[in-house]
Amino acid sequence: MSDIKKFMYVNRKAPYGTVYALESLEVVLIGAAFEQDVSLVFMDDGVYQLAKGQDSSASDMKNFSPTYRALEMYDVEKLYVARESLEARGLTEADLIVDVELKSADEIRDLMEEQDVVLSF
Amino acid sequence: MLHTINKSPFQTNSLESCIAHAKEGSTVLLIEDGVYAAMKDTKVSAMLREAMSRFTICALEPDLKLRGVADKVMDGVKLVDYAGFVDLACDNDKVQSWL
Repeated sequence: MSDIKKFMYVNRKAPYGTVYALESLEVVLIGAAFEQDVSLVFMDDGVYQLAKGQDSSASDMKNFSPTYRALEMYDVEKLYVARESLEARGLTEADLIVDVELKSADEIRDLMEEQDVVLSF
Repeated sequence: MLHTINKSPFQTNSLESCIAHAKEGSTVLLIEDGVYAAMKDTKVSAMLREAMSRFTICALEPDLKLRGVADKVMDGVKLVDYAGFVDLACDNDKVQSWL
């Protein structure tokens, strides 16, 4: 199909403190129905969205982190995490709930340039 | 005086401003995205470590748990629950929220 476009979702906000992370996830899932070439980038505080062990039992918020594991079923498999952002926050790949590819800022810049559409959250 | 911080230290300068303006001996409570400042081995750990010598640093445990970082808190940070938050608000004469 020639009408497949490359969509990149750039996630830069921590979950829960603002609604950006949840909104992004919802748009990604809706967009997945259109069978486009989708990639997700997590950088800056966005890397916190993928932190393992999120537990809402003591608060009134809903833990939506298990949904990231469902992305694979929607053929959303390109998950990129900014290495510098992760390291600055004392996190490693082992602290994340899904398999991701760590990318440098240069690599993310190149990926961004390849896209037809970039959506920011 | 009780100071609360609800923003990520990587997103705003709330933590920096708070510790620059709070009086020695004050209590600083990290809540919501502010709890990320309590994690060890981050770019702001040294800033928080230094602040601990002048302030009592607390973090709201339900917010740490929600974010999956409760097991990565720096030594010396006091964990409080919602009832503890209420106690802090009542025991201090004023509350300054660094929004």
